[in-house]
Amino acid sequence: MMGEISYLLFQAVLAASCMALVFYGVFFVKQKEKIRTIARLILIAAGVLQTLYILFRYLQSGYTPITSQHETIVFFAWSVTWAYLSFRWRYTVKNFGTFISLLVFILLLIAAIASRSINPLAPALQSWWLPIHAGIAVISYGFLALAFCGGIMYLLQEYELKSKRFGYFFTRLPSLESLDQLNSHCLAIGFVFLTLGIITGSIWARQAWGTYWHWDPKETWSLITWFLYAAQIHQRFSAGWRGKRAAIMAVIGFASVLFTLWGVTYLLGGIHSYAQ
Amino acid sequence: MPSDMILLLGVNHKTTPLAVREQLALGNGYEQPLHALRGIAGCKECYLLSTCNRVEILVVAQEDAQVEAHIARLLFGDSVAPEKHQDYLYIYRNDAAIHHLFMVSTSLDSMIVGEAQILGQLKEAYRHAAELKCTGPVLNKLLHKSFSVAKRVRSETLIGASAVSISYAAVELAKKIFGNLQDKNVLLIGAGEMAELAAEHLVGQGVRKVVVANRTLSRAMDLAKRFNGSAVSLDELFSQLEQADIVISSTGAPNIILHKQDVKPIMRARRNEPIFFIDIAVPRDLDPELNDLDNVYLYDIDDLHNVVEINKSERDKEAIKARRIVDEEALKFLSWLDNLSVVPTIAALRKKADTICQVELERTLCRLQLSPEEQKAIEKMALAISSRLLHDPVSFLKNDSCKEQHDIKVEMIRAAFNLMDKN
Repeated sequence: MMGEISYLLFQAVLAASCMALVFYGVFFVKQKEKIRTIARLILIAAGVLQTLYILFRYLQSGYTPITSQHETIVFFAWSVTWAYLSFRWRYTVKNFGTFISLLVFILLLIAAIASRSINPLAPALQSWWLPIHAGIAVISYGFLALAFCGGIMYLLQEYELKSKRFGYFFTRLPSLESLDQLNSHCLAIGFVFLTLGIITGSIWARQAWGTYWHWDPKETWSLITWFLYAAQIHQRFSAGWRGKRAAIMAVIGFASVLFTLWGVTYLLGGIHSYAQ
Repeated sequence: MPSDMILLLGVNHKTTPLAVREQLALGNGYEQPLHALRGIAGCKECYLLSTCNRVEILVVAQEDAQVEAHIARLLFGDSVAPEKHQDYLYIYRNDAAIHHLFMVSTSLDSMIVGEAQILGQLKEAYRHAAELKCTGPVLNKLLHKSFSVAKRVRSETLIGASAVSISYAAVELAKKIFGNLQDKNVLLIGAGEMAELAAEHLVGQGVRKVVVANRTLSRAMDLAKRFNGSAVSLDELFSQLEQADIVISSTGAPNIILHKQDVKPIMRARRNEPIFFIDIAVPRDLDPELNDLDNVYLYDIDDLHNVVEINKSERDKEAIKARRIVDEEALKFLSWLDNLSVVPTIAALRKKADTICQVELERTLCRLQLSPEEQKAIEKMALAISSRLLHDPVSFLKNDSCKEQHDIKVEMIRAAFNLMDKN
């Protein structure tokens, strides 16, 4: 019974995200305000459904659902969605929603393919540090994903402005300055969460494994990611790195995030790789 | 008139790249080129339009003369070999020339369809030609007509609703780079009219500050006053570039005034704040390689063309209406032109009749002793006879039924009434 409800709930999440993507896509083509309003409402609904699904899975399994591949990605999609919606509440960036809803949908598709079985929680993870450490880390990924989307949009728009060939995107993408600002804001928030994620992980490691840091591949890659973002933020404030360079860095940083999340688990292994 | 034709030769942004247009001999000023044009054998009336997007020459000339080749040589000077002229040059004759002129004046042929600037440029060009007495009855009428066609298009279509030429395109681009222009500074290099127009639009968007840098400081100050800005000399250019966000360059300098290696250190000083260069000068003021620098965006007038394409589909609908008006007006003008040969013939005919009446009346009246009323009656009778006699030939001339044979009719009447050597 619980399993069936959970299954249906995830299908609803997938359907709602798909609908949001479709409406944002239509809005992107037609640029009609009314369609955007509908798209936004659907995305909010999708966000609510995602939250319900995560809560339901928590009740079902009895621990924070952020350990298996499926759970992690759903949580990732959830954090991207709500990071965007919280951002959207502060200020609008033209057609940002289209890119975000595409990313969310892709993430949920991957989650749909991954195994949804509920495994017993590994002994090392049976701690209240789990939701804190993993939750904070994935929330940081959500904001860094926003910076990534902003970076892609920046590069598209910059390319059109520089090459002076104005294609489909030119009218539909926002100004370079607003995208650069978006990049810098999302990065600032994402970086704070990333730092907190590493610190909480380190404290938990001390409790679980005895040392704060022991160069597990996941830890190493998190540190590499952290340094990439730290360097970028440092350069922005000291040398005025902005625009194209910042956008490229946001894309590279996010690639590193994805590698930390998946690449490490599947390619490098290590004691951190619980989600198999 | 039958042996005269209206001839229009020119180059524009569509046929000729900027690099060639920069080299044109007739590209600068009006006075000297107009004198040269008037000197061409067989050329009766002439007029020259020279803007940054086009150079066009309109003449009324004898059909048999080698005028076309002459003008082409004058236009290109030594910059282009004669056999290559036809790659760039377009030549329109008579009805096509009239049609083209109307297309230009209504901005349908402009880089940015719907812009209003071209009409001002046309009027100024006409003023120059008229002052030098280069234009005659045909071009006077034709050019005035082109102005009124432009007005008609403007009032009957929405063609100007979304575009105001280069300045409009510049503002559009600036918005794509900066989003909000309210905290941006504008630097004008050169105090020309084009720069003024572009700046006007930016100020309309609420930019924070306008600085004018010019070779002659007094002109810079005049312009700066208009925008509540400040004026600086060209020597301060580099330090000003550190503050400016949008730079519009329109000097008459023959060479590039700002090179890539000059701007590179400025970008460092600006901490990579984006800067938008608009080069509306011909020849160009700014090094095209500036665009390769990060956070530097450079557009010259040819580039601005593309920006405007975006709004084109909207305007295309209006342009169809405008084109119909142009076609209509061109036809109307053609029929006026056809009548032109009729009108002087009728005038000559009436004049001849009047002269005969006057001579004969004088001769008769001084022999007879008549009261003033009787004199008046006789005068009246003489005029009535002559005008009733003339009524038929005049209406024969004015008759529209066989338009193609106007020339023959005019010839016939002139021969029959011996009007040949007058006019």
